[in-house]
Amino acid sequence: MRDVAVIGVGLTKFGELWDVSFRELMLEAGVRALEDAGIDGRQLDAMYTGNMSAGQFINQEHVSSLVADHAGLVPIPATRVEAACASGGLALRHAIIAVASGLHDFVVASGIEKMTDIMTAGATGALATAADQEWEVYQGATFPGLYALMARRHMYEFGTTEEHLANVAVKNHENAFLNPCAQYHLKVSVEDVMNSSPVSLPLKLLDCSPITDGAACVILAPAEKARMFTDTPILVAGTGQASDHISLHSRTSLTGLNATVEAAKVAYKMAKVGPKDIDLAEVHDCFTIAEIMAIEDLGFCKKGDGGKMTAEGQTTLNSAKPINTSGGLKGKGHPVGATGIAQAVEIVSQLRGETGKRQINKADVGMTHNVGGSGGTAVIHIFRRAD
Amino acid sequence: MSVARFWREIPSRYNLIGSKCGNCNKIMFPPRFICPYCRRTGKLEPYNLRKKGKIVSYTVVHAAANGFEEQAPYTLAIVELDDGPSVTTQITDCNHSEINIGDTVELVFRRMGQDGEDGVIYYGYKGRLLK
Ligand SMILES: [Zn+2]
Repeated sequence: MRDVAVIGVGLTKFGELWDVSFRELMLEAGVRALEDAGIDGRQLDAMYTGNMSAGQFINQEHVSSLVADHAGLVPIPATRVEAACASGGLALRHAIIAVASGLHDFVVASGIEKMTDIMTAGATGALATAADQEWEVYQGATFPGLYALMARRHMYEFGTTEEHLANVAVKNHENAFLNPCAQYHLKVSVEDVMNSSPVSLPLKLLDCSPITDGAACVILAPAEKARMFTDTPILVAGTGQASDHISLHSRTSLTGLNATVEAAKVAYKMAKVGPKDIDLAEVHDCFTIAEIMAIEDLGFCKKGDGGKMTAEGQTTLNSAKPINTSGGLKGKGHPVGATGIAQAVEIVSQLRGETGKRQINKADVGMTHNVGGSGGTAVIHIFRRAD
Repeated sequence: MSVARFWREIPSRYNLIGSKCGNCNKIMFPPRFICPYCRRTGKLEPYNLRKKGKIVSYTVVHAAANGFEEQAPYTLAIVELDDGPSVTTQITDCNHSEINIGDTVELVFRRMGQDGEDGVIYYGYKGRLLK
């Protein structure tokens, strides 16, 4: 297998973008990534696009062809990848595999979701299709509901509090405040979160990531050719993916995601690093409890200590283990198919030292953690500076 | 939901019919076609699960799932059945504040929802606290 490097990244503004269409969004991210890499579209060998549900959100399937067409790249091999909210991370993984195998040299991994062309109830219904329709949704389960079941059990087993959860939202909104692409530029307090309207208790409105439009794109190259395009290629040091039962009730534990644990094992081994070596991570905080479970499952603290670690400020921008410097799904926004790619854009930008006011001091090794559904899929990538 | 899609699952939704593996004796719900432990060496037979279990976790849902709006707020729980498997189910006939992790419940037959004014009425199980 060949080493793979990221040579270009591009991100759109995240938010409720009523004046921008699906195609425009995708092209905006793509053009930014191409310009960043200084590569011509005709040099590209293949593209992978993460998209959860354009069929439900804009009544459009076959988006791989649509994207290739409007990017002016036909007849490039174009593939859409779907794993609910992990679609982006999985598209990136397949692009990496394509380059590593030697089949392709220059490959695009993109992700997109246009979620605000339908009403909120339609969008939350579309998201719920990532859960088991017959045995969860039939009973009245919602996505916040499933994560609330995990939160309640976590509180019961480990003494995690609603204030601990709120601290995740406070931190991620603070980071998003420094990210020009973020959906929210609005700081919130623990009291704001605690007093926000109930969604599925113990989760309240400000414990939940929003509905977002957005797209993201990265360009990959074989490591030996990366320096033709950039002085700071970022190496893909490790990739890991795992699955779990689609229904939360079928899993052995409600207080963590085994798919995360399994995917991390593989990625750590491939990158020859451990949790201590990770300088920063973008983790899948679709709900505040999800970030707490993620930092435990990734080995950044003991199982059960995630809430305390967050409340003590050990995951803020200036801490030893900054988590979600971009603002995370919570503050930056969560266009589901784009999220896994957007996480990679943030880590690559941090490792290059290009994130402005939210730049962290030591950024040599970074991680992305992308989850599908309530944990049926997890994809993890580890990136490293080439020098 | 189409009538056929609902009708296919009636034995499990009305009477809690799951599967039992003839090889490892594990009981599963909902029914499976392959035993996850023995794969093709285990032959699965229908198995009627007992309707008693314990609450493992619960949430009070305020932002209802589509089609459940008139029931909100409702309590959703994961119940570990005495036979082993867990199910996601609403807890009915009680105040939300009465519910605790560890409480014993039995699954009872209830109306779940309806396809519009003249549509099919769906039935299934909900949990009821046993004091
Ligand atoms: Zn078996």
